[in-house]
Amino acid sequence: MVAKFDLNDDNVVVVIGTGAGGGVLSNELAQKGVKVVALEAGGRYLPEDYVNDEWESFGQLAWTDPRTTSGDWRVSRDFSGLPAWIVKAVGGATTHWAGASLRIQEHEFKTQTHYGDVEGASLLDWPITLADLEPYYDKAEKKLGVTRTNGIPGLPGNNNFKVFEAGAKKLGYKEVSTGRMAINPVDYDDRLACQQTGFCFQGCKWGAKWSAAYTDIPRGEATGNLEVRENAQVARILHNDEGKVTGVEYFDKDGALQMQKARVVCVAGNSLESPRMLLNSASAMFPDGLANSSGMVGKNYMRHMTGSVYAAFDKPVRMWRGTTMAGIIQDEARHDPSRGFVGGYELETLGLGVPFMAAFLDPGAWGRSFTSAMDSYENMAGMWIVGEDMPQESNRVTLNNEVKDQWGLPVANVHFTDHPNDIAMRNHAYQQGKAVYEAVGATRTFPTPPYPSTHNLGTNRMSAKVQDGVVNKWGQSHDIDNLFISDGSQFTTGAAENPTLTIVSLAIRQADRIASEMSQKNL
Amino acid sequence: MTKETKPTNLTRRALLGRAAAAGSLAVIGGGFIAAPNASWALTVNVISSHQMATIFQMARDIYPHDQIGDEYYVIAVKGYDSDGTKDMIAEGVAALDASAKAAGFADYLSVGWESDRVKLLTAMEDTGFFQTIRGGLVTGLYNQKAVWPIFGYEGESFSKGGYVDRGFNDINWL
Ligand SMILES: Cc1cc2nc3c(=O)[nH]c(=O)nc-3n(C[C@H](O)[C@H](O)[C@H](O)COP(=O)(O)OP(=O)(O)OC[C@H]3O[C@@H](n4cnc5c(N)ncnc54)[C@H](O)[C@@H]3O)c2cc1C
Ligand code: SF4
Repeated sequence: MVAKFDLNDDNVVVVIGTGAGGGVLSNELAQKGVKVVALEAGGRYLPEDYVNDEWESFGQLAWTDPRTTSGDWRVSRDFSGLPAWIVKAVGGATTHWAGASLRIQEHEFKTQTHYGDVEGASLLDWPITLADLEPYYDKAEKKLGVTRTNGIPGLPGNNNFKVFEAGAKKLGYKEVSTGRMAINPVDYDDRLACQQTGFCFQGCKWGAKWSAAYTDIPRGEATGNLEVRENAQVARILHNDEGKVTGVEYFDKDGALQMQKARVVCVAGNSLESPRMLLNSASAMFPDGLANSSGMVGKNYMRHMTGSVYAAFDKPVRMWRGTTMAGIIQDEARHDPSRGFVGGYELETLGLGVPFMAAFLDPGAWGRSFTSAMDSYENMAGMWIVGEDMPQESNRVTLNNEVKDQWGLPVANVHFTDHPNDIAMRNHAYQQGKAVYEAVGATRTFPTPPYPSTHNLGTNRMSAKVQDGVVNKWGQSHDIDNLFISDGSQFTTGAAENPTLTIVSLAIRQADRIASEMSQKNL
Repeated sequence: MTKETKPTNLTRRALLGRAAAAGSLAVIGGGFIAAPNASWALTVNVISSHQMATIFQMARDIYPHDQIGDEYYVIAVKGYDSDGTKDMIAEGVAALDASAKAAGFADYLSVGWESDRVKLLTAMEDTGFFQTIRGGLVTGLYNQKAVWPIFGYEGESFSKGGYVDRGFNDINWL
């Protein structure tokens, strides 16, 4: 029986957003008997609704409400109104995600210690260690059914992977495989095995890829403790004179403003919307926005150092067939400053269809240089670069008071400029990616610039000291006890790994904490 | 508002005979333009056939794919025959023709070599007109399902059961 809670029920935990963080947290709390109202700005789409068509799917799932951009990043020039490629739907970006599920490395939790002072970077050690998170990584890997963990085999490699693997081996790379993926190689946990359809970014129509939309959300609802309200967009978080949060105001599916009372509020709207909500909740008591005594809300926005390398060959590859992200090279993920930068990066295969290739291969380019590349589409292989970027206070999400969304609220402006370390790392990765493909006979390679951000991190970062960040090691805000941040915006630093497994692990851990604090009446 | 169109005598031979000397298409007048081989034809209502012919040629020059037929480029630009865009098109085409004249040609359409047309386009690359036409083509051309097979792309695969039994790992030249 799906629960239904009263707007005046002030005993519920309100979770804002139902993606990797919020979706998992909602279910984990519901499993423990905690009453949860999850408010999700987007609608609900399930495998039967997903479409095998890049732009049509984008129109169905992506967050296209207005946002603005500034800074030197090329995304601001090429996609000025689309800083991020993320989702507005139940399940959040776990509908779009590719499924790569990696643990952050031990040293990456302590970058200030290991990397030392990097000029212009606001590096900080996480207030937790790998050891703290390991038990939760174990749980998260079981939940997601991650390949190469818990006895689950690896996925078979597709054509794109085979080219990548052959090149990697010729180059002497050792750590190359089809990786750790939240995609079923065999039926697991009531989800089918992967059919290699190749539309992982468009929502998996077989349910082979883990997504909160069809796992954690319905399972939480089945407990009778979770009510998910879709098409419910939170405008602001309310508080009382004691500085405790008391509820949230949201626009319901008909555009009517509603107020849901709450005992605890957990914000999980992704790293762009979460700080925006906190800033839009400014009041006489908190003039700079909620949880912002440090001034850190919205700062230290990270998006991973990214880029892609595509390559054309004299024979067909057909990279679009099979899993979108089919394999990984991890040899460069180590911290080795002799390469000319701190931190490391992963190389992961990526295949795009013709529509997205045209939009992303070299945005803005035209003429024969571009079209002859497109003419080689069938003979192309591709990889994505994902590495640790440097946190910088000046890279930040702020409110743009000049531009309002459909509810009349100031939108998020996303300001980003690469740190020199990011640029050095990207150039290294371009060289290595190119070398991988040239080793197996590429006739031409394409160092492709970053896409709109899919990994959005750090804008409400975790810190040991109040002045360094927004939340403590539990994701609880330093300023307000019953206000938590439950998404990727908690990340102190970005690490080289795709973030979702860590977001999920933090959510499972936070659910334990909230449930125990509630039972001890500390919340 | 809407121009009267009189597509008279549109046999293949007649069309060929009336084809403009330069460019790959026949500007027939009366709001009607067609391919020299009559593989497609288009009636314009709001903008002139010269303007439509010019933006069509621009589309071919911006994203030239010799193996993609004119009809797909026509589909990508025909939406500009509308009230909302007619002023932008009129100004943009006039500017393009003016720069062609300055370079010694009668107008854009009479520039024979693509490389010479590309020079004219490069000079106006930062204008809103050029960027609108270019940006629109990214989806207008490449998101046409009918062009995907020309690139070898197979599109939707769910209804066929994915590629698990249809060659996801069939590469044989490594
Ligand atoms: C194409 C693509 C591929 C990716 N591949 C990978 C991968 O292989 N591996 C990996 O680890 N990560 C991957 N990611 C990233 C991953 O999806 C995100 O890191 C992760 O989903 C972020 O979790 P989150 O909880 O922070 O936010 P999200 O999952 O984005 O969830 C936020 C939710 O909050 C909702 N929301 C926002 N504002 C409001 C509001 N005001 N009121 C109510 N609801 C609101 C949104 O609609 C959304 O549903 C990929 C992302 C994309 C887009
Ligand atoms: S390739 Fe596999 S995981 Fe990706 S969409 Fe298809 S079935 Fe799902």
